[in-house]
Order: sequence, then structure tokens, then C-alpha cells
Amino acid sequence: MRAVRIAVLLLLAPLAAFAQDLASFEKRTTVRKLDNGLTIIITERHDAPVFSYATVVNAGSAQESVGITGLAHMFEHMAFKGSDRIGTSDWPAEEKALAKVEETYAAYDRARRQETNRDDAKVAELEKAWRDALAEADKYVVDNEFSQVVDRAGGVGVNAFTAQDITAYFFSLPSNRFELWAFLESERLRHPVFRQFYKERDVVTEERRMRVESDPFGRLEEEFVSAAFVAHPYGLSSGVGWPSDLASFSATDAAAFFKKYYVPSNIVIALVGDVKASDAMPVLEKYFGRLPKAPAPEPLRTVEPPQRAERTVVLRESSQPIYMEGYHRPASTDPNNATYDVISMLLSSGRTSRLYRSLVRDKKIAANAGGGSGYPGEKYPNLFVVQAVPTPGHTPDEDATAIHAELERLKTEDVPADELQSVKTRVKAGLIRELDSNSGLALELASYQTLYGDWRELFREVDRIDKVTAADVKRVATETFVPLNRTVGKLESTRGGAK
Amino acid sequence: MKTLRTSLALLLAAVTASAFAQATSYRDIKTPPLRSFAMPQPKRIALPNGMVIFLEEDHELPLISGRALIRGGARDVAPDKAGLAGILSASWRTGGTQSQTGDQLDDFLAARAASVETGVGSDSASVSMSPLKGDLDAVFPIWLDILRNPAFRAEKIELAKTQAGAGIARRNDNPGSIAGRETTKLGYGSNSPYARQSEYATLASITRDDLVAFHQRFVHPNDIIVSFIGDFDAAAMEQRLRAAFASWPRGPQAPKAPSAFANAAKPGLYFIAKDEVTQANISMVHPGTTRDNPDYPALAVLNEIFSGGFSGRLMTNLRSQKGLTYGVGGGVGANWDYPGLFRVSMATKSGSTLESLAALRAEVAKLTTAPVTEQELSLAKESILNAFVFQMDTRAKALSQRVLLEFYGYPADWYTTYPAKIEKVTAADVQRVAKKYVHPDQLAVLVVGNEADFEKPLASVGTITPIDITIPEPPQTH
Repeated sequence: MRAVRIAVLLLLAPLAAFAQDLASFEKRTTVRKLDNGLTIIITERHDAPVFSYATVVNAGSAQESVGITGLAHMFEHMAFKGSDRIGTSDWPAEEKALAKVEETYAAYDRARRQETNRDDAKVAELEKAWRDALAEADKYVVDNEFSQVVDRAGGVGVNAFTAQDITAYFFSLPSNRFELWAFLESERLRHPVFRQFYKERDVVTEERRMRVESDPFGRLEEEFVSAAFVAHPYGLSSGVGWPSDLASFSATDAAAFFKKYYVPSNIVIALVGDVKASDAMPVLEKYFGRLPKAPAPEPLRTVEPPQRAERTVVLRESSQPIYMEGYHRPASTDPNNATYDVISMLLSSGRTSRLYRSLVRDKKIAANAGGGSGYPGEKYPNLFVVQAVPTPGHTPDEDATAIHAELERLKTEDVPADELQSVKTRVKAGLIRELDSNSGLALELASYQTLYGDWRELFREVDRIDKVTAADVKRVATETFVPLNRTVGKLESTRGGAK
Repeated sequence: MKTLRTSLALLLAAVTASAFAQATSYRDIKTPPLRSFAMPQPKRIALPNGMVIFLEEDHELPLISGRALIRGGARDVAPDKAGLAGILSASWRTGGTQSQTGDQLDDFLAARAASVETGVGSDSASVSMSPLKGDLDAVFPIWLDILRNPAFRAEKIELAKTQAGAGIARRNDNPGSIAGRETTKLGYGSNSPYARQSEYATLASITRDDLVAFHQRFVHPNDIIVSFIGDFDAAAMEQRLRAAFASWPRGPQAPKAPSAFANAAKPGLYFIAKDEVTQANISMVHPGTTRDNPDYPALAVLNEIFSGGFSGRLMTNLRSQKGLTYGVGGGVGANWDYPGLFRVSMATKSGSTLESLAALRAEVAKLTTAPVTEQELSLAKESILNAFVFQMDTRAKALSQRVLLEFYGYPADWYTTYPAKIEKVTAADVQRVAKKYVHPDQLAVLVVGNEADFEKPLASVGTITPIDITIPEPPQTH
């Protein structure tokens, strides 16, 4: 249940291989779309009696709007609270009690948010009614039963994350627990119950305090992303949501979000490991076939308009300085995506990268520097971001100047052939190394199927990267790295660095 | 009433199950026995000069990984050179070899998507390599050369020091990392070889000679375990490694683990002021134990009950029920060759700091006073036993476990005999080890946060010993 994956996606996203790997993987991979629209991918690997899975829902923080920021992530937490059959001692009674919680909460929340003539005595009375209802509902909770069943069965790596584009759930189990897994996973998609919602809202708010409020990078990134997007929901919040929304939205709001986005046609499940597709499919159809067919959610309307002014946010506090800047670029389905991948690698992959050599090795003005696309998501037009952490005695502006010199070089000089080839070789090897882990592969397959409509894109991306030329790099860099298309985020230390 | 409803539900479940052949409760799902499997164990080769080699073929992907694990690390470094391990870690490989600079190696390896890297931890150093299968001949000599003939070029030592200095400057920016680091210092004592931290002054005193001396002192075949896994023929690899290492003469034996505890903190309440945060980080610490302790399996069960998965006591009581925290965890720590720490930690909003402190104390106390229920015991044991397959579900894990046991001198069957030991653990065992290893009255308790926002002054729950984490200024060079 880590939140919001803010990491620059270059690290996770586009790695790929070649024809022979694709062929060998296709042989071991079965894809099935159930009648209700749910997609299942199974890649068999029988070395050990274990399997990993990832459920990827094609909805994330970008599906939020003002008033419900943080709700996608909140739902992710609720998915561990069980169903009408897991986590309750008496469902009919609990169902009634939870309805009462929602009814009393709606009245209380409405009254306390009243803009004029708020009646504090009335608010207190309504709050008490809500708290009494919560206490009643709590009587039927079997604490963490869902997690207990998974733990007891030998589950490892039990977790989930909410990104701007997707929400993912994953863990690994011994393969004799396959049917148990199918039951559990389909249960929480079939009838999730929002028990202990308001306690979990407090937990999520603690997560916000930890990730965003108490960490200088978190504080800077929240300001940065809010400045970079003026229309598109990528800039609506850092993903974890604003405190006022977290303190106000309800289980009823979460249920509406679930109903709209957690429909079978919007979900991909990938399984990797000791699972025989021919045996598994009937079991999967039995359990996941229970999910009712529903219309797919409408695609997002808002597109970020072209940027007309350079934007800068500056934090001044006692922490050490940080510099970041971002340039708008198209979605990852754009034909130039492979060129952006190459640019990321040129700038920031390892000790041969240009930013390392310039800022870290030669000028010694940064402890580290790097960047890439997919910030804060990749499904929609997003940012190519460069970050640098100045060394003591150096300022964000010095790092900015050196970064801009490297971006200019991309526009004006052809990438030498050997440097380009080195990047391409590393992309291929990177994908091969990625295939090693069941859990990593399950998440990749489900994510690619979700974002590109076909898991094979994981491999095809490599072929596209292989075709990128020096002229492509120059052209895309020239289009992208212009001041008017830039948002800058700086943390300037009020304490000054040690000299 | 409840019984009636349950049996009715079961009856209905049975009906539904037969009608749709699909379970309506997880309890109805049958678990077939886990098919037995044996992960191939690596081949062990002992050279006459004391070097031990492990080889594990794995032909699924065209990759090879190799590593030399060397006895010796930060814990063996003199106190006034604290930080040397980090500098060595960063400049051993980047400093290149006698014949090639580190930058030349960077280009050569990047073009092959290969890596040769060095790392120095608390008790060991490593030189590792990872080429694609076809590049083994090109990369192996570099790995060997870095291991035996590093050049430690001055400019890369300077670069590593600049980087390490940046780390010192930033070490107080995140409250979670402050809490983690200072808890370790309270637990072992700031002068302990396991808790010492580098300062600008200790960094400044580190010279190239110090790095060379470390290399000369520790890098000897009798103190090295070499392991390779991947797409190779084991016989050919053995031949290659024998040719590379057989003539290397023995050196002195690496020192034993130094004693862990130095000036460990007295029990009490410690406080670090941190502005610009909305959470307080709370931790509690006292000495733990080692893994060869016969009580270790019972402690593992205790830890699982206390803080296992999402269903342990800490997560259930402090997170799910009270909503006080996102991250909470802890347990009795056990290291391979020196004592671990009993430590628990959590973060909570500033306004619930004292409430959380009391709740966390209560959970620790409960370990020693309240009985463990049968339900808790069975959940913990089954969780450990059923997940045990993940200790050895890949060849890479089988290899790294085997290397670990060899490195710390544990029996080779340590992992395979472990489940039987867990099965024997009783509620009484858990109770006994809780009383023996958890001491609520001996805890050093640390709070990191913004006291102005706490719901009550911290002093209302005890005498506060403040800890000053101001970073000492660099020594004046002129």
C-alpha cells in the first residue's frame, strides 16, 4: 500500500527485447478476455511451485476531480478491507450499520462545511450521531481478515500502489493456493466493503504527512507538479490528495469511484509462475466471471493546453537545495516516445551519461543528476523532467545552467554513433534482466496490456528504440527543450550549504 | 444465534458450491499439497589457498553474474576514519586499474551493457560483475583486475569525498532517516563500530593510503567467497576460476566481528527537535540477539505475531483500529555474527505523538505480559512455514543463501532444517522468549518532531534528554 508512484518512469517503463525473446515468451503466454471484458494474461514458468500476480486497473489519480483528490489511492487502501464474505462477523447487520454511518456522515459533513451561519451545536450533535454509528459498525469487523488469509497462506510481497495512470495490486503465493487467490482477488473486485473507511482515511493522511509534508522532495514535487499542469488532472494534486479532501470525502464517494472505474473491461490481471493456463482458465472464469459486465468509463476530456509562459516555483526552507525542471511532451503512445527514451538514457543512464559526466564528475556541482519522461504519468501528455541535487556550496541555479548546456548539445550536435549504439544495447539488456523476476514481470505485462493494449509492446518498444537516429534526437530535443515549455522547481536553502 | 447463523451459512455455502462449483468462503477452498521440488544447489569448490567457490548454472536467460565476497567492512575501520567504507565503495571501481582508468572502463562496459561494481558494507566488501553471456571473456579480466589491482586514482577519491560530504550535509533533511540513524546510535552507542557516523573531519582525514591499506589487509583468497550464476558450463567456469585464483597466495585471516555495544544509551526519553514536518517519528530500542541463538525460531514467531505482514498486532492495533499511523513495525533483531537490536518505530501526526507513544509502549509491554492466543500462534507459524518456499524459489536465491551460510560459518542445512524448528514452537516458547528478550523498562525511547504541535509537552511523560544533531562544521583548511 505504498502510494502514488512518483518516480520518474524511465526507471520502470520502457525496456524491451527482440524477436527471439518475444517468440519464446509468446509460446509460454496465454491471453484470454472473459465474457465480461476482463483480460487475463498467464506466463508459465514452472521452476518452483510459486506464482506472482498483478491486477492493474486502468484508473488512477488522473481520474479524480476537485473535491475527491486522493480518492483513487484511498480506494486502493480499502481493497484490503475484504468483502461481504471476508472481514465481517455478520454481514446483514454490518451492512445496515454501514448504511447508517454513511447517512450520519453525510449530514455531519454537510453541516460542518456550511460556509455561512454554521451552527456549531448542530455540527457537534451530528458528529456524535456519526461517531455512534461508527462504533456500532465496528462491532462486526473482523480485523484485517483479508490480509490474515493471505499471510497464513504464505503470501509475500503483499502490496499495491496508486499512480496517476493506474492502480495495481500484487503479491506472490505458493502455487497450491491458486484457487484461494482467485477467490480472494475476485471477492474484492466483486463486492468490496468500505468498512473502517474513516480510520483508513486517517492512515492515508499519515501517508501524506510522511511522503509529502515531512520530506523536502515531497514538498517540492507537490508544488512543482501543481504549477506544471493548469488544466489536466496530472496537476490536480500530488496523487495522495489535498488535506481538505482527505478530511471530507466519504465511503459513498469511494463506492461511486469503484462502480465507475473498477469494471471488468477496465482491468487486466497477469499471472507469472507455476500456473498451467489450461488448468487455470476454468478456475479464473469461474471466479472472475462473477464480476458483472458494465460499460467502460468515458475517456478523459481535458487535454493540457500548450504552455505560454515559463513557470517557476521556489521553496525556501532549511533543507538542502534541490533543482528540477520539466518540459511538456506527448503521451507515451506518441511515435516519438522511443526517441524520448533514448534522450533519457543519454542524459541519465549510469556513469557514461551526459548529466553524470558534466554535473557530477567534471563540475562536481551535483551529488546526482538525472531525468526522464513519464512524470507524473505517461498515459496522457506528460513531462520530461530533469532533477539535480547540488553538492554543498553550490546552488540550484548553477546546476540549472549546466543542465541547459547539456540540453542545448542535444539540439545542436549529432549524438556520436558509438554513444547511440551503447544506449540501444543497454535497452535490450535491460529488458532481458527485467524478465528474471515473476513479480516484476507480472506487473510489466499487466501494465503494458493496460497502457498500450498489448503486452507485446514491452518487446516491440526495443525495436523502435533500435531505429532511433541522431537526427531524431536533435529534432525532438529542439521541439521539446525550449524555455516557454518549461516549469522550474527549486528548493533554496535558507541555511546555505556547507562550504 | 451466531452459531446458528454460521451453520446456516455453511449449509448455504455447501448448496451454492454444488450448484455453481464455486466457493463462497475461503474456508471451503481445498488446498492441494504443494508439489515437492528441490532447487538445484550450487557446486562448492574449495581451493588450496582457502578460497571457496560456488557455481550455479541457470540457462533461462543469456546472463551471467559473478561476485567476490570479501571479509572486512566498515566495522573494521578505525573510528577517526569513519566513512572510509563509503569512500572505498565509491572509488574502488571508478578509480580504475593499473592499465585502464575508471572512465575508460565505464565506456567499455556500457557499450556491452555489462557492469563491474564494488561495494563495501558493514561486515563485507564485494566486487561483482554482470555481463551478457557473450561478453564473459571481455568482462572477466576487468573484474579480476579490479579485485586484485585497483589503482585508486586520486581524482575519484576526491569525487567520492565530495559526494559523501553532500550526504552529510543532507542527513538531517528527512525525519524518518534521522530517526533510523539515531535509534541505531542509541541502541549500540555512537562509538559502536555498527553505529559510527562519518563527519566532515573524518572524511577529510581519509587518504589514498588508507584505501590501499584496506585492500592489502582484507583482499586475500582465504577471506573471499566467489560465486557465479548464469548461462555457463560449470566445468568450464571452474577451470577459468582455478586458472585465475589457484596461484594467489594466502594472506592473514580476517578479524572476528568486533564487539557491538559501546556507549549504548541509558533507558530514558530522548528528543530531537525537527521543524518543517507534520509528523513525529517515534522509536524504541534496546539490545537484541544473534541468529545462532537456539531461541531464534521462537523469536521469529514472536516477531511475526508482533509485526508480520499487514495482520500483525502493530498494524492491526495502531494502524487499522486506531488510524494513528501509516508505517509501524519492529521486533527483536538478530544478526548473523553480532547482536541485533530490539527496535520498534512508527510515525504519527504531531498532534497524536503522546497518544502514539503510550500506545506503542503498551504494545511492547503486552508482549511480556499478555498470553499469545492459539489463533495468533497458528497464524504466525503458518505464515512463516507457507512462505518458506520463497526463501529458495529461484536459483539465484539458493545460491545467495548458500554463500551467506558459508560466509558466516553456519551449517549448510541451516535453511532446510528451519521449518521443523518453527513447527515445534509453542505458545509457551513465545511467552518465554518475549520475557527473556523484550524489556519494556530498558528502552531508549526517541521522538523526532516539532514539539510545538504535540498535543501535550513531551516532558509530561518523562525527563527528556535532548539530542543535538547539528552537523559539525568542516575543519578549516587554511
